[in-house]
Amino acid sequence: MSSNEDPKPKDVTEVAHASSPSPPGGGAYLLLFFIIGLALSMVVGWAVFPKALYSKKSQPFDFNHKMHLEQVDESCESCHLFRADGTFSGSPRLAQCVGCHEEVLGESEDEAIFVEQYVAQEREVPWLIYARQPDCVFFSHAAHVKGAKLDCAVCHGPTETTESLKPYEENRITGYSRDIWGHSISGLKHNTWDRMKMDDCAACHETAGIHDSSVQTGRDACFVCHK
Amino acid sequence: MKLSRRCFLSFVAGGAAGTALSPLPWKLTDDLSIWSQNWPWTPVPPDGEGTYTLSTCTLCPGGCGISVRKIDDRAIKIEGAKGHPLNDGGVCILGLSGLQLLYGPTRIQAPMKRVGDRGQGRWQTISWKQAIAEVAGKLKEIRDQGAPQSVACIAPKDVGTVAQLLSRLLSAYGSPNFLRMPSVEDAYEAAIYLTQGATGAAGVDVENADFILSFGSAILDGYGSPVRMFKANSKMKELHGTVVQVESRLSNTAAKADQWLAVKPGSEADLAMAMANVIISQVAFDQDFIANKVDGFEAFARMVQDKYAPETVAQKTGIDSETISKIALQFAAARKPLALCGKGKGQTPGSLKEALAIHALNALVGNINRSGGVQALAAYDYINWPDIETDSVAAAGLQKMRLDGAGSDSLPHVRYLTHRLANIADGVQALLVAETNPCHSLPDTQAVKAAFDKIPFVVSFSSFMDETAMNADLILPNHIYLERFEDVPVTAGVARPTVGLCRPIVNPLYNTQHLGDSIMQIAKALGGTIAGAFPWEDYETCLKMTLRDQWGTLAKKGVWMAPNATRTGFETAPGKFVMMNDDMGAIYMADDVALQGGDDAYPLVLIPYDSIRLASRYIGDTPFMVKTVSDTVIKGQHGFVDINPETAKRLGLADGQLAKLTTPVGEATVGVHFEYGIMPGVVAMPRGLGHTAYDAFLAGKGVNVNQLIGPVEDPASGLDAAWGIGAKLA
Repeated sequence: MSSNEDPKPKDVTEVAHASSPSPPGGGAYLLLFFIIGLALSMVVGWAVFPKALYSKKSQPFDFNHKMHLEQVDESCESCHLFRADGTFSGSPRLAQCVGCHEEVLGESEDEAIFVEQYVAQEREVPWLIYARQPDCVFFSHAAHVKGAKLDCAVCHGPTETTESLKPYEENRITGYSRDIWGHSISGLKHNTWDRMKMDDCAACHETAGIHDSSVQTGRDACFVCHK
Repeated sequence: MKLSRRCFLSFVAGGAAGTALSPLPWKLTDDLSIWSQNWPWTPVPPDGEGTYTLSTCTLCPGGCGISVRKIDDRAIKIEGAKGHPLNDGGVCILGLSGLQLLYGPTRIQAPMKRVGDRGQGRWQTISWKQAIAEVAGKLKEIRDQGAPQSVACIAPKDVGTVAQLLSRLLSAYGSPNFLRMPSVEDAYEAAIYLTQGATGAAGVDVENADFILSFGSAILDGYGSPVRMFKANSKMKELHGTVVQVESRLSNTAAKADQWLAVKPGSEADLAMAMANVIISQVAFDQDFIANKVDGFEAFARMVQDKYAPETVAQKTGIDSETISKIALQFAAARKPLALCGKGKGQTPGSLKEALAIHALNALVGNINRSGGVQALAAYDYINWPDIETDSVAAAGLQKMRLDGAGSDSLPHVRYLTHRLANIADGVQALLVAETNPCHSLPDTQAVKAAFDKIPFVVSFSSFMDETAMNADLILPNHIYLERFEDVPVTAGVARPTVGLCRPIVNPLYNTQHLGDSIMQIAKALGGTIAGAFPWEDYETCLKMTLRDQWGTLAKKGVWMAPNATRTGFETAPGKFVMMNDDMGAIYMADDVALQGGDDAYPLVLIPYDSIRLASRYIGDTPFMVKTVSDTVIKGQHGFVDINPETAKRLGLADGQLAKLTTPVGEATVGVHFEYGIMPGVVAMPRGLGHTAYDAFLAGKGVNVNQLIGPVEDPASGLDAAWGIGAKLA
């Protein structure tokens, strides 16, 4: 016999009634629980979630942008250069560094790591790239730096004054750097370089009045970046 | 306090509201969308510096210039080199997909020694030192027995430093048995020597011709230097030139030609003679050239008039006499007519009579040694190595006759008869195989494999696990063409001597070694005068010293082309172009090349055909090429033959069905493809399929036509002139 056929509907009603009378101040209780739920989820969403979402990684060794900039003549492009075919080289390769770093310079521990573990062994440094965009995005440095004459800092911030590299925070889901979404989990930004999401690209294109990328519509189109 | 249901719901509602007011859902949605658009398991090629390196393709004899795009150290694309005198930016499907050979799974990654039976595929990896020592040890043993002539070598060509180093090794060792893989060059060289007295390949100036009469040459399917021929054909179309294709099958070339003459296979020589007859009887020949520069014209004219009247030839060729006359006169009337010899890609020599007859057509219109014509290509003379000092053993060995009989008193016109490998195996104690795949590309592969079984010691220098490497005892893998230096002198019909430089695009991926270095190391291990013949430190040094004058140009441009070197005179005894003499009379009078199995038991004729989509020499088809072949050629693992529906219906065969194709040489299961473009009574099968070695992309696909066709010797020259074979399809 199945329980559905158990003929005790009356008892069930009684049980329900027994627990139903509201305790004194029931509205306040409900509100309290609502607030507890709200508060806990806010804590999870605003504090726990960002911590859980990003893993912190250290760069192979530290690097002093400020000191290096004092040594070179052509600012950022001395090391982050454009190749002869116009493509952007990104992070410098070992071949660019060995000119000076064949031997250990100075006494810093990072310098020793660099020379001994990378230069001597001819291994490229596996830098973690803060500004790497997802692979579905096409981005041309030449169009922005050479064409639109944008300053590097517009997107990358005042890197030239930093004396050490910040920790690299990797999104555990996407595998990309936290710098793309921005450090603020709310997505708020104060500086142009705080966030590098699609809307930020679009906003700048909008402000600069770049509307010639689609021959058909005369408007900015997806294919500018999503080839 | 007891948590009521309402309190719980209230808590959940608060949680939901709080979550919505937190960035969590929005950020998660965004991250998931990024994740799903960039699956982490989708391979993304690493970014890096893009460069182009000029080199030369060696995958076929065409010698095209290539420009290889790299990102950092990784080759990512092969393009045709712009401005190259042969292919000017163009590239064929094989050249295009060469990276699949570089990075593909069939590479031999280290020297290997056979441990199982031949062909079983059980190998042991050995060191280079041991590999060289084993080869040298065996060669020394054979030499100590006083039989250096029993060592033979097969190479794809006999020009260029690598081929010359191999040949030099044999000479210093004491063997005359250097074999070159057969091709139409064998017949062309003999024809050029007999008529013009010059030694060397034929150069055809297709770019400057305005009427091409092609006797089955696959202009659009890989003849000569393939891209060059494509370009010449396109240029011809633009300038309203004429292409006439003589072929029993509606090939791509025939389909794009201005006129297609569906000739009965094997009767091309008669057709050429009949055309000569028309040109002579209508006095449409170049009278100045014939009067001043030709010897033996009257005798030639008498012969064609006696034996090759168009009416007589019409039945044999299947072309009516009016068409023969019309085409012959159009040919003679053209400003720069050019007759081409060599069926398909020119991978079989064909009959010498046919080559001479076609060459005579060129002579009749005065088209020798001039723009738009045929000339003897000046020999490549940049290899000036010191003479070899031979010791007594070598001298004795070199006195012996070649095993294949080429150049003997009975076969004086030819230099190589490599198709005889199956018959000469008893005399071979060691065989060195360099960048060729005789177990797949020589006719009658069963006989070739049986010959390999008889040869006690086979060394393959192949970079790939091909059929021949499978049947070797030792494999000393060469770098592939994208990993090595090599000079590439082109003989594939180019009008001017052209040398390309093949150079390393990437560092060798595996533990392979340049063939040139392997040869030198073997020679040095043998010691004595053999080692003395190789004074260079390594192959690269040898190459740079050899090319001393041209090295600068080659390193910079990737190709060197001789300044226009049209020959003026003839090096024959009369100092003229010889159309007829006693030697040639005997060749013209020799019997036709018989059809093997041409009797009632085999009512059909099987002919091989060539396709640019299939590689049919040393290199196997790349996976990319196999993908481009139509399903009327390969479907699943089955290869198809083209057959005229009339013939098929007579035999009770349906389109698409499987049938057994039997020839006197072998049998195979093939698919039947109805094709109106093929002559009734003939079935056609592409070359380059039916591999048993290599990988799953290639092995077992289709049927190797060479397992169904055997060599048939031209009675006049000894060259393999088989153009088909009797067949039965049921």
